[in-house]
Amino acid sequence: MTPRGETSMVPPPEFESYYGRQIIKTPTWKTPDVPLYLFLGGMGGASAVLAEVAASSGRPDLERVARVTAAGSAALGTVALVHDLGRPERFLNMLRVLKPTSPLSVGSFILAPFASLSGAAAASFLTGRLPRLGRLAGVGAAALGPPLATYTGALLANTAVPAWHEAHRELPFIFAGSGAAAAGGMAMVFSPCAQAGPARRMVLMGAAMEIVGAERLLDRIGLVGEPYRTGRPGRLMSVSRSLTAVAAGATLVLGRRSRAVSALAGAACVGASVLTRFGIFEAGLASARDPKYTVVPQKERIAARERAAVGR
Amino acid sequence: MGRLSGRLDDVTADAGYEDHPPRVGFFTDTSVCIGCKACEVACKTWNSVPDDGYLLTGMSYDNTQALGASTWRHVAFVEKSSEVSLPVDLGMPSMSLPGADPSAAGQATESGDGVVTWLMSSDVCKHCTHAACLDVCPTGSLFRTEFGTVVVQPDICNGCGYCVPACPYGVIDLREDDGRAFKCTLCYDRLKEGQQPACAQACPTESIQFGELDELRERADARLAELHEKGVDVARLYGRDPEDGVGGGGAFFLLLDEPEVYGLPPDPVVTTRDLGSIWKHVAMAAAALTGVGVAAAVGRRR
Repeated sequence: MTPRGETSMVPPPEFESYYGRQIIKTPTWKTPDVPLYLFLGGMGGASAVLAEVAASSGRPDLERVARVTAAGSAALGTVALVHDLGRPERFLNMLRVLKPTSPLSVGSFILAPFASLSGAAAASFLTGRLPRLGRLAGVGAAALGPPLATYTGALLANTAVPAWHEAHRELPFIFAGSGAAAAGGMAMVFSPCAQAGPARRMVLMGAAMEIVGAERLLDRIGLVGEPYRTGRPGRLMSVSRSLTAVAAGATLVLGRRSRAVSALAGAACVGASVLTRFGIFEAGLASARDPKYTVVPQKERIAARERAAVGR
Repeated sequence: MGRLSGRLDDVTADAGYEDHPPRVGFFTDTSVCIGCKACEVACKTWNSVPDDGYLLTGMSYDNTQALGASTWRHVAFVEKSSEVSLPVDLGMPSMSLPGADPSAAGQATESGDGVVTWLMSSDVCKHCTHAACLDVCPTGSLFRTEFGTVVVQPDICNGCGYCVPACPYGVIDLREDDGRAFKCTLCYDRLKEGQQPACAQACPTESIQFGELDELRERADARLAELHEKGVDVARLYGRDPEDGVGGGGAFFLLLDEPEVYGLPPDPVVTTRDLGSIWKHVAMAAAALTGVGVAAAVGRRR
């Protein structure tokens, strides 16, 4: 694959198809329900971690924001997920079996306890009741938070959608980084600079993880990475990357001193995280709609096998 | 949980059936398909599958277009213009032996400006040995039957839609007004009564053959050898190999061109073949996020 920005001297791949029709089905998951859920799971999961960091270092204002963000994201995310179902009244069937082969099943068994625990932790913190139990619930939510933020990578990757499946190594890291940046960003918006140190560090580390993950993805997956660079998803990804980089830079330079810059940079991180999820989601849809992304890599796979067989 | 990829000779036992009938399936020999669509009609009628629009596509005789929630058999019509493959040997000079060009394959017909090669093929759910739809279904609605086929239980499906992008062939889909996922059941009800599926019964040319999978594979091998002997070198079996990316299909095909020409993926692989790597990377990323939290905590005290 040629590096981005350079013109390829190789002609575009030729392939045959059935009247240009797509081969795999376009995912039926609804927009904005599912990309929003991906975002909320990431921000909520990382916020639960941040809440425990705040609690253990005595930062009550930061803890409040993180606990409310974790609980609110889980609640909203659950609503988005149920609303996306073709038969929402049957949402409890999600908990009928636990199947490791289905990331959606595993995710349901992460989301359900996470929503309960983060909700209990937030309620306890806000009301001051049952503080020990509340803290215990918070620790439980913090343990489930990282799996919640990252399993969505498996959710997308465990499909036949070329741009998602081929990205299965990087997607969990992009989602983890993007979730950390959003959680830190949300905390920067709503807590005083003096308490927001861990939030700022989360933004910086999360932004780095997200940007490096996305770069590695595009360098590695070749043709099926094209939807991440072109069209609407390409623009979403590119705006998100710039926004994240600028916000992280502002956080590094002025985050500790300026409340206004801190709030703006935090909000930019949250916005960039939303854009990343929509970009990745829509890139998958684009790669499903064009038979090129299904046929060409598979033909190349066959050709490589045949070459290996001849060489043997 | 069963095996996720590779060769698997008794998929039904792997799914937990101790005592079970032999695995059954379809062998669709497209070299004798005449495009009558009797299979489509028989399927719709027997299974009470609702209509999915009466659009004229304008692209070919194929107004059905693709498999979907309300189309469980789909007859593809491929019209290929070709200047070289004349149905009658006119003694034109050529680089090969006269009459040796096999690409017409007995399905060519003359038209005004040359030749149109006709390919017709009745597509159906492959009832994969390693079925991605079944693997990713979070409710257990999709299950492996005692016949080794893959069936949706409509009373359990909650319309999450995960099976739709999981299928490497684009077979299963959600019915929009209903919200649930539907696909070919290989006439599960008829199998239980010892009958063959409606499409196979209705097929007038025995292009769709139903039977025990082992026997169908032998029949297909014999048919392929026969066609190759007649010089139809383009004939190939699709989905027959138990070593392929889905462990072989319960429904497989004899094709006269590349799979993608019929709208089939050339080298489908069940997504869960990579499940180990997928979960491994999730675990590493989750650990990294925990690490980010720890690192954020140990920074300076402001």
